[in-house]
Amino acid sequence: MTIKHSEEYRDAELSRRLVEKIRQTSRRPIRLMEVCGTHTVSIFRSGIRSVLPQTIALLSGPGCPVCVTDQAEIDAFVALARQPGVTVATFGDLMRVPGSASSLQREKAEGRDVRIVYSTVDALAIAQKDPGRQVVFLGVGFETTAPTVAAAVAAAAGLKLANFSVISAHKLVPPALEALMAIEAVRVDGFILPGHVSVIIGLDAYRPFFERHRLPCVVAGFEPTDILQAVDMLVGQIEADRPALENAYPRAVSADGNAKARKVLAEVFEPADACWRGIGRIPASGLRIRAAYAAFDAERRFGLTLPEAKPPKGCACGEILTGKKTPPECALFRKVCTPLDPVGPCMVSSEGTCAAYYKYSDA
Amino acid sequence: MKTDKILLDHGSGGKISHRLTQELLLPVFDNPILAELNDGAIFELNGRRVAFSTDSYTVDPIFFPGGDIGELAVNGTVNDLAMCGAVPAYLSAALIIEEGFPTEQLQAIVASMGRAAEFAGVQVVTGDTKVVPRGAVDKIFINTSGLGVIPAAVEVACHRAQPGDVIILSGTLADHGVSVLARREGLSFDTTVQSDTAPLNHMVRAMFAAAGGGIHVLRDPTRGGLGTALNEIAEKSGVGIRIHEERIPVKPEVAALCELLGFDPLYLANEGKLIAFTAPEDAEAVLRAVRSDPRGRDAAVIGECSADRPGRVYMQTRIGGTRIVDMLAGEQLPRIC
Repeated sequence: MTIKHSEEYRDAELSRRLVEKIRQTSRRPIRLMEVCGTHTVSIFRSGIRSVLPQTIALLSGPGCPVCVTDQAEIDAFVALARQPGVTVATFGDLMRVPGSASSLQREKAEGRDVRIVYSTVDALAIAQKDPGRQVVFLGVGFETTAPTVAAAVAAAAGLKLANFSVISAHKLVPPALEALMAIEAVRVDGFILPGHVSVIIGLDAYRPFFERHRLPCVVAGFEPTDILQAVDMLVGQIEADRPALENAYPRAVSADGNAKARKVLAEVFEPADACWRGIGRIPASGLRIRAAYAAFDAERRFGLTLPEAKPPKGCACGEILTGKKTPPECALFRKVCTPLDPVGPCMVSSEGTCAAYYKYSDA
Repeated sequence: MKTDKILLDHGSGGKISHRLTQELLLPVFDNPILAELNDGAIFELNGRRVAFSTDSYTVDPIFFPGGDIGELAVNGTVNDLAMCGAVPAYLSAALIIEEGFPTEQLQAIVASMGRAAEFAGVQVVTGDTKVVPRGAVDKIFINTSGLGVIPAAVEVACHRAQPGDVIILSGTLADHGVSVLARREGLSFDTTVQSDTAPLNHMVRAMFAAAGGGIHVLRDPTRGGLGTALNEIAEKSGVGIRIHEERIPVKPEVAALCELLGFDPLYLANEGKLIAFTAPEDAEAVLRAVRSDPRGRDAAVIGECSADRPGRVYMQTRIGGTRIVDMLAGEQLPRIC
């Protein structure tokens, strides 16, 4: 079977057949976790939860890049925006995330120079166009985004740009999976692994994790049919008691990923401990700019320190990110915390679990 | 108002814009005509029902694939009047121009306004020009207001949708929103998507000729998109709405760009599309009338109203699932990817 267009992946007939098969196979009550914000949104938008049998519960894990960004990092972004002569370049969905006292959106309304860019290349272009300003790109995201940021840093080094730097708040997926398993209250019977991240790191990057825990793992694409396919494979593994690491997205994901992207990533960044909202410090789960590129590290250039910052009071984002709670179980959900007045990042980001529940479900 | 500063979100056309209207504007200008919150005001003047509407146009970039700010400013107000059921007749045009703006571009914009007015069959009968210091506006802002007479048999309003009504969409979704996004500074996508900016009054006239009294609600889903417009109608009419994902026409290139940026076409602006709520027995005639217009060739019945779950909008998804369609909260922001 060759499928060409994205539209065809949404093929209603194929989806219905997969749903039928899942309904027939699924016996045990199971909890499957998707670890990618794009999966979360696709699941809600396509109404996948409403067609799956009662036996299958889908949980959203720490897969929304904005949501896992630590409060202290958000505060640092705001502090940077307030520095005179600094232009902050950021992906759009960070704009509304409330820090301890402000957000980038508010700073922009106050007249600070905060610009939404669609890629790091655009941030680089701003720096080239305006040598009088210090342009800082907010590096947030997983293995998918990080190589493009690394490429921009390498390009800036090549151009000897003195007014471009990056604050690296990047996070890595495999260490987060490891950390999740270490949290006692987290109960997951199988993982739907992120497609885009896997395009870069490859299926084999999950092998050590899989061998340690022998838990069903399937890499999935983003169309409703892709996700249903992955759920079907996970159910099959679980019902047969044969956990495996499988690839339901072979048209994009290979065993060893994208070598070129991994090379530039390793050239510019090195693994470092990182703080995740809701999980805390995870060893070697972030990326730090290597000493050779220190000139482009905004933390060093501006002498930033990240003071401890407490998450907002009563906000259950941390528990929601680890699948311990669902949004309706948070006391603030829909009452105090709405997309108009978000308390935590899971309500702000378009890929946040709370925003998805709010927008797409009755719960 | 919870915020001490006005944010761009306040202009998104979604929930936060509504809050601004409700909390800050309505209490001051309190009157029954305004309280209807239709696309334009509807009232009687010397025994004739008229529609009166105003809108300010600020778009970046001012020239975009398929149109420009001038054409948009004429079509937008013509459409607001048409959505009130009126026959648009007279427009005003006020230009606020930034010092240093190229005369050639101004000529092009005004010429485009002239063409649009002629095509729509309206006259610009009064106007104003202001020039402000560099930086006080971004290139050019245009305000247009318009007046039209509502034919005797016509009665459309946001609160008139009824259980059983059929919902017709006149064509593909989100073309304008995507064409503007794709050309905005900093976003370097090549796309063939053109804005759908167009006057809808000719289409509306054909629709009323086909089934006058059977049309209950007309709406052009501009800022805030189809999702927001449907929510407003569901709320004001006290009906439940169900739409069907596979029946909603979206161009493949629009869908692809939306997916890339994490945007939902349901919430992006359209500038030449309408939705009509009609009695079921008139739906076929109305659909035929819409499709007979060159701009309505892709028209489709996308859903229906019921008495269940008043105020709520549901979508039946392609895979047979169900989900809520909520009103847009603030501006859609491109996601990290």
